Amino acid sequence: MNFEAVKSIYLFEMARMKRTLLQSVISPVLSTSLYFIVFGAAIGSRIETVEGIEYGAFIVPGLMMLTLLQNSISNASFGIYFPKFVGTIYEVLSAPISFLEIVLGYVGAAATKSLILGLIILATAHLFVPIEIRHPVWMLFFLVMTAVTFSLFGFIIGIWADNFEKLQLIPLLIITPLVFLGGAFYSIDMLPEFWQKVTLANPVLYLISGFRWSFYETADVSIEISIAMILAFLALCLTIVWWIFKTGYRLKT
Amino acid sequence: MTNALSIKNLSKTYDTGLTALDAVDLDIRRGEILALLGPNGAGKTTLISIVCGLVKPSTGTVTVEGNDIVQNFRQARQLIGLVPQELHTETFETVWATVSYSRGLFGKKPAPALVEQILRDLSLYDKKDSQIMALSGGMKRRVMIAKALAHEPRILFLDEPTAGVDVELRKDMWRLVKRLRDTGVTIILTTHYIEEAEEIADRVGVINKGRLLLVEDKAELMRKLGQKQLTLELQQPLEALPGDLSGYALELADGGERITYHYDTQAKRTGIASLLSALAGAGITVKDLDTEQRSLEDIFVSLVVEENQ
Repeated sequence: MNFEAVKSIYLFEMARMKRTLLQSVISPVLSTSLYFIVFGAAIGSRIETVEGIEYGAFIVPGLMMLTLLQNSISNASFGIYFPKFVGTIYEVLSAPISFLEIVLGYVGAAATKSLILGLIILATAHLFVPIEIRHPVWMLFFLVMTAVTFSLFGFIIGIWADNFEKLQLIPLLIITPLVFLGGAFYSIDMLPEFWQKVTLANPVLYLISGFRWSFYETADVSIEISIAMILAFLALCLTIVWWIFKTGYRLKT
Repeated sequence: MTNALSIKNLSKTYDTGLTALDAVDLDIRRGEILALLGPNGAGKTTLISIVCGLVKPSTGTVTVEGNDIVQNFRQARQLIGLVPQELHTETFETVWATVSYSRGLFGKKPAPALVEQILRDLSLYDKKDSQIMALSGGMKRRVMIAKALAHEPRILFLDEPTAGVDVELRKDMWRLVKRLRDTGVTIILTTHYIEEAEEIADRVGVINKGRLLLVEDKAELMRKLGQKQLTLELQQPLEALPGDLSGYALELADGGERITYHYDTQAKRTGIASLLSALAGAGITVKDLDTEQRSLEDIFVSLVVEENQ
């Protein structure tokens, strides 16, 4: 294992993030605050409680997931797409490092940044609503697994994309709708029965549900299924990444 | 002693059907400077890209100081530094950060003193804290070289190192290459500037359409293929060459004002003396004469033209 190389990629990526610290932190903190003002204070004050939880507090796990998914994907996809775009990828591909080490460096850095952001969102939310975390270990488990899995997913998008439009396409057209329709702002019990069934096909539902369970012990689906889903999605992403490197897809001619 | 690089039967056919390399065999000795000459699209960059792990070969093997580039890729790549043709740089990074990063990428522990030395050698040290985007093209080229040298490679690939570079920097580059060779680094450079190969290479390989046409010691190549041309300027223009000169391969040029004669400097008899007396015998008076050594360029052009025909 070439630890020095993994460390170099990781620190290089973290340094890149440090340069854009302001926009990476301010933007999610601002949008989270807006969500709280709109949904929590303005509209939320008209909603009694959802499954016994104050509405403002109820949406915290969903908001964290929204930020986590969006940032994991955009950080990781941009992290690998940019060297491809400017051509500096040649150096990584010609270095004495395995594909596993490349992934560890890039995905590790992207996941770290998302984790930090997730925790900042939690702290911001704490300013607006009282939050309790009944299962902190599981909360961290979901946080870390989601950050890692979706950073892997972002990495795949970054490899696949051959223009900036494709890079934006999946986060914009797929992830954001899935989070909004996956119960970030409501419990699926509030939906008509037909739409409840449809929502079960949304993978993000299982993440939000499991994550919310770690806070309030209320969930749309059982916690075991949530854990199984995140593990399955991780396995899927790992398989695709393994295939990409085995075949040199979009990296080697 | 094993060769620095040993390439056996290397071929590459791209998905588009283009054969960029066709059964290339090449051994590169340790510590030499080998110039690969070839026109654009000859396969030079593909050859380098395969050795460095950027392109997968269709057939063939490559070993770097005895390490197979696939099975022992870590050992093999550790030994290699690559300066690609295009200026690929991390636009927003500082010179210092990008060079240090390259070292880490190759698994070497940080060595600020070494990085400083490399930057000083390349006249980059006073720019160490500058963002790369603020540098001129020539400076960026130096940064690329510094990155390639950061992990102390034993073999350095320079892909068209002086393309689009001003004369001053080109000379700097040549000095650097020679200095590196003196420290035992093997250097393979591709170029289509023949003067570059002539100036610094120990051996010259000529590649065209994916085939390696020859690899020779530069001096040997110049000697072997090095013909001279004798140009005779005549007092009176000739309409045609007299029949009794037909034994010599002469050409009449400039409307009959000049006669050119090619001869081999290594031959036992160059034929110059007898030609001159034959001319005198035919009543042709010579006003002036001039000889010209065939340059590597002429050799190269004749090889490539021959291949293309």
